[in-house]
Amino acid sequence: MTFGQKFCQINWLLIVLLIVLAFIGCAMLYSAGDASWDPWAKRHLIRFGVGLLLMIIVAVIDIRIWLRHAYTLYFIILALLIAVEVIGVISGGAQRWINLGIVQLQPSEIMKISLVLALAKFFHSASLEEIGRPTLLIVPLLLVSAPVILVLRQPDLGTAIILIMTAGVIFFLAGVRAWKFGVLIGTILLSLPFAWAMLHSYQKNRILIFLDPESDPLGSGYHIMQSKIALGSGGVFGKGYLEGTQSHLKFLPEKQTDFIFTMLAEEFGMVGGLLLLLVYTLILIYCFAIALRVHNQFGRLVTLGIGGTFFFYIFINIAMVMGLLPVVGIPLPMVSYGGTAMLSILIGFGFIICSYVYRDIRVGRNGNANLD
Amino acid sequence: MYREDSSRYKNFSRRALILGAGQVTLFGILAGRMYQLQVLESNRFRTLSDENRINLRLLAPLRGRIYDTFGKPLATNEENYRLLLVTEQVHDVSKTLQALSRLIEISDFDRKRILKESRKKKSFVPITIQENLDWKEVSQIEVNSPDLPGVIIDSGQRRIYPFGKIFSHLIGYVAPVTEKDKTRERKQNPLFQLPGFKFGKAGVEKRLDYRLRGGAGNSQLEVNAVGRVIRELSRHEGRPGDDVVLTIDKLIQNLAVEKLRDEKSAAAVVMKINNGEILALASVPGYDPNAFDIGMSKKEWEEISSDPLAPLINKAVAGLYAPGSTFKMVVAMAALEHGVITPNTKVHCKGHVELGNHRFHCWKKTGHGPVKLREAIQQSCDTYFYEIARQLGINKIAEMGRRFGLGKVTEIDLPNERSGLMPTSAWKKKKLGSAWQQGETLVAGIGQGFVLTTPLQLAVMTARIVSGREIKPKLIKAFISNGVIRELKAPKSKKIKILKSYRRIVMSGMDAVSNTPRGTGYRARIQDDEFDLAGKTGTVQVKSISQYERDTRVLKNRERPWIERDHALFVAFAPVKNPRYSIAVVVEHGGRGSTVAAPIARDILRATLKRENAKKKDLE
Repeated sequence: MTFGQKFCQINWLLIVLLIVLAFIGCAMLYSAGDASWDPWAKRHLIRFGVGLLLMIIVAVIDIRIWLRHAYTLYFIILALLIAVEVIGVISGGAQRWINLGIVQLQPSEIMKISLVLALAKFFHSASLEEIGRPTLLIVPLLLVSAPVILVLRQPDLGTAIILIMTAGVIFFLAGVRAWKFGVLIGTILLSLPFAWAMLHSYQKNRILIFLDPESDPLGSGYHIMQSKIALGSGGVFGKGYLEGTQSHLKFLPEKQTDFIFTMLAEEFGMVGGLLLLLVYTLILIYCFAIALRVHNQFGRLVTLGIGGTFFFYIFINIAMVMGLLPVVGIPLPMVSYGGTAMLSILIGFGFIICSYVYRDIRVGRNGNANLD
Repeated sequence: MYREDSSRYKNFSRRALILGAGQVTLFGILAGRMYQLQVLESNRFRTLSDENRINLRLLAPLRGRIYDTFGKPLATNEENYRLLLVTEQVHDVSKTLQALSRLIEISDFDRKRILKESRKKKSFVPITIQENLDWKEVSQIEVNSPDLPGVIIDSGQRRIYPFGKIFSHLIGYVAPVTEKDKTRERKQNPLFQLPGFKFGKAGVEKRLDYRLRGGAGNSQLEVNAVGRVIRELSRHEGRPGDDVVLTIDKLIQNLAVEKLRDEKSAAAVVMKINNGEILALASVPGYDPNAFDIGMSKKEWEEISSDPLAPLINKAVAGLYAPGSTFKMVVAMAALEHGVITPNTKVHCKGHVELGNHRFHCWKKTGHGPVKLREAIQQSCDTYFYEIARQLGINKIAEMGRRFGLGKVTEIDLPNERSGLMPTSAWKKKKLGSAWQQGETLVAGIGQGFVLTTPLQLAVMTARIVSGREIKPKLIKAFISNGVIRELKAPKSKKIKILKSYRRIVMSGMDAVSNTPRGTGYRARIQDDEFDLAGKTGTVQVKSISQYERDTRVLKNRERPWIERDHALFVAFAPVKNPRYSIAVVVEHGGRGSTVAAPIARDILRATLKRENAKKKDLE
């Protein structure tokens, strides 16, 4: 395939949807900055531009190259995660960034993509019978637990949950038997008391307050309460753009990152919230449509794996700001302010588009590819 | 391999479908939650959101002014300038204070307080540097304001009493709410939460506080999460308090206080006979009501509240005195009504009356000889009244006293009025548990013993004797709300059940007191040709005279310590023909009614009559 052919194969409608999201984000960040391009809206757009470029680059590179280097990529990112432990910059009580001179990188964000690639590569090479064997699952489980443990040490509960959930999606799609999930969930439930003991006190607090936010209206429960007030007071049609009192009068915390959905729902009401949800749904439908048309297992798993990550971001974030889940610090994809998260999502979509561009390439379990 | 991949694909597709269904379900939950929060519970959250952002701030209403009957202001409001400091606009608070202290005086205490507050309060909440700046200070700070960032001059209202001590008891004063004011109102009325809110604590300010106070306005302020004011959403100015016009004539009040001022402790009431309007109501010593508004030091307060002369008490309505001989008109009317005497009944006065083995003395040791009622009043013969009181019995005397307004509150619009006492045998039985003694009736017959009255009651009594009607004192002439004057009509007074001739005879007795040479008040008559008055003197013993004293020599008032001297009383009406004014003067431990109280009453009445004439001329 020539570059031009590949370029034409790119799902432009999907990219339009992503651009819509980025502009919604930009509009909300403009509002969050009190009707100012600074400090967030402008940089959000610039990052989106850079991310879009990276996405297209990723999309047009042959999927077999990605397949070949999936593990390498995974180990590089894992190494970066370890590096964060060592030379990471203390920020907000958690080590999440690695300083690469000009840019500060959050390896945990990129890990979400590379884990999908690594797991997809692993299951690509396994037949259904092989997957039926419990011992086969040892390697992928190790692939998952290594970054999860590192991320938890930072500590970043949100990312850890996303990593586990995404891995679960890939395991499920690859054909791992349902009872094994049962066993796993059972094990997790049993280990919960130990995990509880390992959590930081602020994390424990968040979970406790999630269970009863009004018990602590001025402390940590304040955020959830104020978020619900903002959402509820928005009503059906909202208070109007730039008119959100909760967000503009600073009752709403972190309105540019985790709580940006609240701000949108305050200013544009339920109508605005549902429209945003509709855009996300369209993108997810796109992912499923692509996955079902891809002829190689790697591409399918990558598409729905990344689609799954995307979904969990959305679901956990919105559920969290609406008081359905504890506040774990997960941004709303493409809308929240945050560089690495946006880059990793766009790179992720790069892989989805890549799968689509190379959908007709059949790759054998051993890695032999043939085009027909 | 193809087959295998196809089965993998089938498996994948099936599971993708399940996954998609799961995702749709979860998104459905999100949409449902949105519906719950933004539609079903939206109203609750909207209220919470408004509560979050809207801060209701109260605005103090303008307190109603108090005027005298001619519209002279007795209590007004004055713009009060205070100096505030907004620390967020100040780089260095202590430097700013230093710069300020070159312009105004800042005490060390204030300096410390300001520095302490600047650390404690949020930086945008103003701190009071100083209250009650005068114009010079204000203008000096205004001129230098470019060098004093963060220093603001704020204007409020403060209460001013232009005549100070002259009206201290009558008008009263306002003072800030303290912890001690644990009234229910303090908890319920939002006005009381206002910083710097002051309310009436004495006199008219207290009695009419509710009308004077007005209603609080409010301003809805939008605030952010840390409480900074963003903007004002709405503003409702408060309802200003009603202005009050009193019946008081400032000039007469002034004169009354002037006249009383030479005495340590005294009270006087002047009222109009036909409608009960109070022209003057004075009590000395007084206090400066302005001092309470500015804030009184603890020492000042202790001094004023522990003074044995009780400057805080309005003696005109709350001072209880035995009426002494001023009570004799009541006894006389009771005796006439019950047929004990006729105007021509003669009683022989030999200087004392004997009852059992006790001797009751007339003030005139040598006795008055045979006296009729008119002479008995004229010369204030005690023996005469001992005799008729003995025949009447205490209950009939008390009943007559009550008809003339004694022994019960007059319901004047002033706080803390006391009812005095018209004793009866039943009262004594109930209160003291012992039977009434006839000797006590005799003492009551000359207005001593258990009988107690207030100066106001004595003025009311005199007005009732003259008019034959149940005159009630009236202090409020009109209210002015929103510029509309609403005059208060005096309620039609009922006739007192008593024969006119009885009143006539005691009135002629009073005329004789002042206007015949043998009358006890003759020397304190009005000597101008055009004016005259008719009165009754009273001299009340506060310490019984011992037999030893009587046998040797009764000490003159001047020779006794102040606290043991007699109370001097005088009641009067004027002019004698067509009387229009009644007066009561009580001088505590002043000595004799005829020489101390009567001249004061005379001077006040003469001025009142003169003023009346002057006004008439003005009108012509």
